[in-house]
Amino acid sequence: MSEVIHIEANINGRDRAFEVAANHTLLDVLRDQLGLTGTKECCVVGECGACTVVVDGMPMNSCLMLAVEIDGRDVISVEGLATDGRLSTLQQAFLDVSAPQCGFCIPGQLMSAHAFLQRNLDPSIEDVHEALGGNLCRCAGYLQITEAVMLAAKAGRE
Amino acid sequence: MTANGSVGSSPNRVGGRDRVTGAQQYVADIHLVDELQAKLVKIDEGRARIISIDTTKAEQVPGVQLILTPKDLPHPMPRFGPQYEDRPILADGEVKYHGEPIAAVAADTKEAAEEAVALVEVEYEVLPGVFSIDAALDPDADLVQHPSLRPNEPFAHSNIKTEFNFGWGDIGAIEGEADYVIERKYEFPMVTHFAIEPHAFMVAPEGDELKVWSTIQHPFQLQKTLAKLLDLPLSKLRIFAPDPGGGFGGKQHPKLEPLVAYMAMKTGRPVRLIMSLEETFQAVRRSSTRVRVRLGLTNDGDMVFNDTETDYLIGAYVDIADRVASKASYVAAGPYRVPVVKIAGRTILSNTTPTTAFRGFGVPQITWARECTLDEAALGLGIDRLEIRRRNLPEKGVEFIPGDTPADGDWRQTVDKAAELIGWDAPLSEGRGRGIALGLKSGPTTGLSYSTVRLLADGSALVFCGTSDMGQGARTVLSQIVAQEMGIPIERISVIMGDTAIVPYDQQTSASRSTVLMGTSVYRACKDIHGKVRAMASRIHGMDEADIDVDGGTVRFTGEELPIVEVVQEGLGSLGGEVIGNGEMRKDKEPDHPLAGSAAFFEFNCTAIEAEVDDETGEIQIIKHVTVGDVGTALNPQQVHGQDEGAAIMGLGHTLMEVMIHDEMGRIRNMGAIDYRIPTSKDLPAELVSDSIENSDGPGPYGAKGVSEGSLLCTAPAVGAAVREATGLTIRDLPLTPQRVWEAMREQT
Ligand code: FES
Ligand code: FES
Repeated sequence: MSEVIHIEANINGRDRAFEVAANHTLLDVLRDQLGLTGTKECCVVGECGACTVVVDGMPMNSCLMLAVEIDGRDVISVEGLATDGRLSTLQQAFLDVSAPQCGFCIPGQLMSAHAFLQRNLDPSIEDVHEALGGNLCRCAGYLQITEAVMLAAKAGRE
Repeated sequence: MTANGSVGSSPNRVGGRDRVTGAQQYVADIHLVDELQAKLVKIDEGRARIISIDTTKAEQVPGVQLILTPKDLPHPMPRFGPQYEDRPILADGEVKYHGEPIAAVAADTKEAAEEAVALVEVEYEVLPGVFSIDAALDPDADLVQHPSLRPNEPFAHSNIKTEFNFGWGDIGAIEGEADYVIERKYEFPMVTHFAIEPHAFMVAPEGDELKVWSTIQHPFQLQKTLAKLLDLPLSKLRIFAPDPGGGFGGKQHPKLEPLVAYMAMKTGRPVRLIMSLEETFQAVRRSSTRVRVRLGLTNDGDMVFNDTETDYLIGAYVDIADRVASKASYVAAGPYRVPVVKIAGRTILSNTTPTTAFRGFGVPQITWARECTLDEAALGLGIDRLEIRRRNLPEKGVEFIPGDTPADGDWRQTVDKAAELIGWDAPLSEGRGRGIALGLKSGPTTGLSYSTVRLLADGSALVFCGTSDMGQGARTVLSQIVAQEMGIPIERISVIMGDTAIVPYDQQTSASRSTVLMGTSVYRACKDIHGKVRAMASRIHGMDEADIDVDGGTVRFTGEELPIVEVVQEGLGSLGGEVIGNGEMRKDKEPDHPLAGSAAFFEFNCTAIEAEVDDETGEIQIIKHVTVGDVGTALNPQQVHGQDEGAAIMGLGHTLMEVMIHDEMGRIRNMGAIDYRIPTSKDLPAELVSDSIENSDGPGPYGAKGVSEGSLLCTAPAVGAAVREATGLTIRDLPLTPQRVWEAMREQT
């Protein structure tokens, strides 16, 4: 059995303390241990972005991070975007322009976009394409996703 | 009165909220109490004879509960498949393609299962395999399938699986009428579906029932397959099919569910197998093809004959590949009036990943060849490439494929719209080129969709149907039909899918059928409710039923207009309850038709491209990408655009970058996301325009046609044509990677 390590982290706004196996990725722990299955697993090599979460404000591929690395840090997963059942502006924008098709890539897209909009509320379309360039979607042509991010940026500016 | 979300509007996607909160549950998000984790034992070879499988060491790993090998399975090895029962549960004495499972481990944890997999000792002898069309057709080639598996098949002693011939008229008799004959060969490589959700399966034995969870598109087909394999009544197999995370055809037919079912039955515990993205490359792919097109034309550009040969390289087991190849070959001559057509198609077995349905169902491969050859002919004849297409298009209502559904749209409108949007006649900048291409696909040829709509006493409704919503938005469109017909807002409607014990039978979710076929079924269920409401109104108001009209949410009779819901509430009285409507849409087989069924509709698309080629790097930049489809009626314009744009970008994937690479031993060398690239947001055309023609002339409710595949049918030839105009190069193989284009440019100089 792999070594078990005690960590403390803020997950979706809640301080939590728990044990993780030293060899488990953040993705494993979110999905299998904390039951936060909104974060998706696809390539597990950091190339598809389905597993993106925001750690201390930065978008990270949770499949590439060991869970122990979040000790003392802030993690937001897709479950942490809405407050009291109210969708965030970004989520609402995704919904309004019908950005999700099958939806499997959407949590990752949302988290990359969320982190991006924290830094840039006045992006060009190219900026959005760049920021979300690591998030694969096989269903949509990315146009509606981009439109949603631009819409949320605009709403954020107002 | 129009209720919120009714037909023609674009309400928020039903299920959209769960997709943005992370609450949407896909198969891998569901856990079962006491579940075991399964992993597959494979070897890194394209073909090998299995000598022995030693599980002794693997069994010692703590937590391992089962290592299933062929000796644990019935003899002879059970086999299954949608067309031929040729796919074994586990490799049967021989690994026939890279990654074919040899054994499988079920353990308490993933780690234990992985550790055990590494300890299973497989002794094997590598065998020479066939991995290409030429190798498979070599008279000395080993046979991919043993002839005993193929009783009564004419080609059982070769690697040809099936030959099919279609067409009309006599080429010999008409050949002389052609002023110009051109013959070309075009190749289309192996590509894979790459749904972002890898396939996932779970099976739980419960009493005398098996519960099965699968990412499958066709749950009822899975139910039939397992019932037959396991000799269980359909009623004892309950298939849960949560909305798939993308399907594109790759999740249509059963794959590893039978294996997982055997593991669950052996252990008596739920077993869960979540495939890796790499493993999906070894599970599903599109057939690669070589298509030879010989076209005869007059000097004016009128088509005289089309003589096409299609070779589809399929995998080691057929899955649905024969159907893909025959259905696509059948429309090889495309959306044109051609006096004489001769089509000879073949499927060829190889030691590669079994090929299956993939968006476009074999048509993109043929379209690449036909449209490019037509362009070469136009150039040879000195005729404008748009004009040569326009002049050969059939008018609406013309039976352009004798004996099949006549042209079901005013296709010239589509073509003209695309030409206008790309600015076909506008001057081109230096270094750029344009291309235009047409795609035509035959929609579903048979179908059977049942549905039930329950209008509840409070004016809300439940829809029960067996369609899979894998992103195309079936839940939304079906809800819109109910909103329209019941006069209730879409927010008050729920759609229940994905549980064969609850929803009535549906044949399948494929061929862009659901809006047309399930849509009609749901529409009829609403009409069934209308009939009952009419009877209620007649009872309540003492009127003759004939004098009462129920339509679109409203009940009308002499001078009065009442919402359906009001009549229902009064009719149901104080006990409450509900009004239940059933719908059925059946498109039966036509035994005399070459495909056993005519097209329910055609998907017709025109794609136009403007591109620039970098002569230093060979990189193609898409300046403008126009796709126009003939959609009949867009029940949900936003979703129609979503489908169209998504298919267009997927089309750019196989056009510009996607190809599965094998080494000389048949091992796939670029499995996974690092080495196999699909388009990202950084690969988009500078401008993408998706438009549609709506004449409400489809067979679906309100005149709808299917729309989900059109815009990838002819992406490749449109890009190829733009590249030719920009560079003078004719490239007859895909993808048009910078390397390929650069090499062609270098050869040219
Ligand atoms: S699963 Fe982490 S990047 Fe693909
Ligand atoms: S919505 Fe299906 S993968 Fe993006």
